[in-house]
Formats: sequence, C-alpha cells, structure tokens
Amino acid sequence: MRRLKELIIEKTILLNGFACIFFVVLIFFFLAKDGLALFRTISIRDFLFGQLWNPIAEPPQFGILPLFLGSFLVTLGATAISVPLGMACAIFIGEIAPRWMRELLKAGVELLAAIPSIVIGFVGMTMLGPMVKNIFHLPTGLTALTGSFALAFMAIPTIVSIMEDAISSVPRSYKEGSLALGATHWQTIYRVIIPAASSGIVAAIMLGIGRVIGETMAVMMLTGNASVMPRTILEPVRTMTATIAAEMGETVHGSEHYFALFALGLVLFAITFIINLIADAALHRKRK
Amino acid sequence: MNKIETRDLSLFYGAFQALIGVDIAITEKMITALIGPSGCGKSTLLRTLNRMNDLIDGVRVTGNVLIDGKDIYGEKTDLVELRKKVGMVFQRPNPFPLSVFDNIAYGPRTHGIKRQSELEGIVETALTHVELWDTLKDKLDRFALNLSLEQQQRLCIARLVAVTPDIVLMDEPCSALDPFATGKIEELMFELKKAYTIVIVTHNMQQAARVSDRAGFILLGRLVEYGETRQVFTNPREKQTEEYITGRFG
Ligand SMILES: Nc1ncnc2c1ncn2[C@@H]1O[C@H](COP(=O)(O)OP(=O)(O)O)[C@@H](O)[C@H]1O
Ligand SMILES: [Mg+2]
Repeated sequence: MRRLKELIIEKTILLNGFACIFFVVLIFFFLAKDGLALFRTISIRDFLFGQLWNPIAEPPQFGILPLFLGSFLVTLGATAISVPLGMACAIFIGEIAPRWMRELLKAGVELLAAIPSIVIGFVGMTMLGPMVKNIFHLPTGLTALTGSFALAFMAIPTIVSIMEDAISSVPRSYKEGSLALGATHWQTIYRVIIPAASSGIVAAIMLGIGRVIGETMAVMMLTGNASVMPRTILEPVRTMTATIAAEMGETVHGSEHYFALFALGLVLFAITFIINLIADAALHRKRK
Repeated sequence: MNKIETRDLSLFYGAFQALIGVDIAITEKMITALIGPSGCGKSTLLRTLNRMNDLIDGVRVTGNVLIDGKDIYGEKTDLVELRKKVGMVFQRPNPFPLSVFDNIAYGPRTHGIKRQSELEGIVETALTHVELWDTLKDKLDRFALNLSLEQQQRLCIARLVAVTPDIVLMDEPCSALDPFATGKIEELMFELKKAYTIVIVTHNMQQAARVSDRAGFILLGRLVEYGETRQVFTNPREKQTEEYITGRFG
C-alpha cells in the first residue's frame, strides 16, 4: 500500500517535470513555426540588419536593428545603474548591516520586487520623464535613459536577493582566515568574499539583465516608442518587447507583419535563452 | 617577561559566562597546550588572544590580556597590527578559494607589498618553511582547495608565516587529519617553535603530551591547573586534572 502511494507520487512528479519541458518545447515550436514563415518573403539579412522598421510602408520594412538597438541601449543603461547599486546593497545587507537592519532591508527589497511594473511605469512617466527632460534639456523626457532608470528598479530586487544569497553562503571560515591575517573588513570583502561568491554574483547580474530585456509595460510607457535608429541614450527608442505588444493587436493573422512579430519574438527568446545559459554556467562553474 | 599574560580574564556570550577569571602566563618560544573536555572554553580562551571573539555579537570581555606587556583590550589597540602579530590556524584547514600562490601572498598583499619579485620570495620562503616548496614549486597556480587536507593545513600555516607573526595560535589543527598527517604537522610545530610562541588547543591528550612544554587544563571555563607538561601529566596537583587525564570524564 505504502509502496503504491510512493510510486504514484513519484510518477506524478516525474510527469509534471516532463509537462514543463513539453510546454517549453511546444512554445518554442509555435514561435518558430510562425516566426520562420517570415523568411519565405524576407531575407534573414534584411530582417536582422535592416535599419528601418515600418510595417505599414509600401513595401513594408521589417529591419529589426533599430528595435534591437533600442532594447540594447535600455538594457545597457539599466544594467549600468542596477549592477553597482544592487551590488553595494547586497554587500551591505550581507556583510555590513547589523542584524535588525538586515531584516528591514531584505523586507524592503522584497517590497520593491512586489511593485507591479505598470506602477513603476506610471511613477516613471509622471516624475522621472520630466526630470530627465529638465536635466538634459531635451525636447521629450521619454528616452532610453528614462526606461533604463525604471528598469533598473525592477532588476535591483533580483540582483540584490541572489547576490546577497551568494555572499551570505561564503563559508565563515574564509572570512575568519582573512581577518586573522590582519586584513581589514573591507579588504576581506573585496579580496576574499566577492571572489568566492563570484559565480553567484555573475548569475545575479545575468538574471537581472534577463528580467530587464523581457520587460514590456514600463518601457512602452517610458521610452517614447520611436522605431528609429538611436544614436544616444537620450533619444526616444522602441524596444523589441514594446514593438510586439504595441503592434500585435493590429496585425492580420497570417500576414507578413504577423510573422515578423513572431520572428522578433524568436530573436528575443534566443537572447534570453543565451543569457540564462550564461547565468546557469556561472552558477555551476567547476573549479579547475 | 611573559609573552602573553591574562589577568582575571572573563568572557561572556550574552548572559553565559564561558571564561571565569583565567590567569595564565605563556612563555616565549615554547609550545603551550590547552586541554580539557569539549565545550570547556579552550577555543574561547584562544580566541581572546587575537580578539577573534570580537566578531561575535554580544560578547563581553573583562580583565586583561597582555601581549609583550601591552593590554590588547585597551583602547589604543590596532586590530590589524594585533592580528599580524598573533596569527591563527583553524580546526579545519581554511585556505581561500584562490591559487596556492595567492593564498600565501594574501597577507603580504593586504599589508601593502605589491612587487611581484618580493612576493615570489616570500612565497618561496613560506612554503620552504612548511616543507611544501619541493612538492608545489611547479604548481603555484593550483587551486588551493584541490590539495590534500594535510597540504591545505600546511598551506594555512605557510600563509601565516608569510606575515611573520610572533605568536601562532592553533585550534585543534590536526583534528581533520589522519594520524600520519598529524605526525607530520607535529614535526612542523617543533620546527616552528624555534621562531614562534605557539599556543595549541587540543582534545587529544597524547598530542598535548607529545608536543607541548607547558599545559593548561581547563574545566567549565576555569583554568584548573597549569604547569610543565610533564608535571601536569604525571603528577597533577589537582584532583580534577588527574581524573581527566586518567580518563574518568571528558
Ligand atoms: N558564539 C557563541 N555563542 C554562545 N555560546 C558560545 C559561543 N561559542 C561558544 N559558546 C559556548 O561557550 C562554551 C565554550 O566553547 P568553546 O570555547 O568553543 O569550547 P571548546 O573549544 O573547549 O570545545 C561552550 O559551552 C559553548 O557552547
Ligand atoms: Mg573548540
């Protein structure tokens, strides 16, 4: 009887595991089927390196380079803001803060993670946009940089919590060994603790970036939505995710435009997949 | 003059008193062993000598610890200087997750030595001192955690030697090692004794008898007996010491 129960539970878990993989594969094929259909009419080169995205032109243009650069700039900006801040925060929580403050800060970070992205977009639109506009004397405050700031706030909780985990799980004996040699607390942090936690730190950064690339709502509200080739981070851009979200509703099922958005999704899928792969490799990095 | 001297030293972990009025005087260039049943306060006493207890929340220390006549719990104490001077070897070998070279260069680097040639010299001297140079001289970039446990513990000692301490504290340095490796580390201790004052905590009575010149027996936070190792082991003054040594408890 007990054996049977064990067997059923075991098989159920196994089945669930397979179901997860099955759905991922299914999604991939669905995406690939419609995405690859685009290349019956458009060359891969024109798609990846074309500098114009204009689906309603005659003939329609499906060059994703401006969208890719839009995503790239926003992500780069968000990374440049969130990684130093998140890292400092994680080190402070994991190593420096007294216990009561540690709990308080961790709760604060979790709270930040709980804010829906639409709310961050809203706050960004009413406060951040005008600020960016005034500081840099721009015609509009809805730029890649504005999106970067908002996305940085979404990436920070991910970065902080994973990094803090990595830092806290560095064996105490390393820290003691270092201090016992007369190193200061700060020397111990940057010469022993950070290197020892480096794989977790890289993973945290990668997952933070993954979160930023996939984000849609806030960037749609904040980046100005101009699908032109950006030259600086202070110009309006349009990201790949925002393009799909904005245009999916107006395409005709089975049209070239429709396939182009799927192909864009495929590119996005590939990028996040690679980033997760790097994060995974960092986490499981074997020592020589 | 005594190298290390404690006066009426007490230590509290919160409300729990782990050391009770300890007075001990430790002589230079000798091996002093601290013995006693587990949980009696040996590690705690050892860790008061380089102030590693400061890392633990809620620790309170009263009394004095004098090293070369200076109270290390005084206000002017520079912890960095103190720990350079009073090094520590831990129970489990704890090399950093770095290469052999970087492990040994760690201390000198943190104390401001940057020139590669100078560091190379220090690494060679330190490894020679712990008899690892011949085995490892071509493998200085090996990841330290891949060495055998005995080699790791030697490396930790070399790492210490590289900062030229005066005093070496060892907290059960052989408890993770097999008897053969233990013997090798003990030989090394005799070698080190020529240059350093060594205080070793051990629950291995044979080890204390083999290596130490002086021995202190601790029970429930008190230093019950302290004297020449031979006297403590063969002719203890206190009844509790005798009971412990003859194996009635502990
Ligand atoms: N960080 C700590 N907080 C509270 N009590 C502790 C701490 N470390 C040790 N103790 C207590 O102090 C006593 C002495 O511990 P320790 O010095 O480690 O003993 P030994 O090294 O002789 O085995 C033990 O009763 C132990 O439970
Ligand atoms: Mg102990």
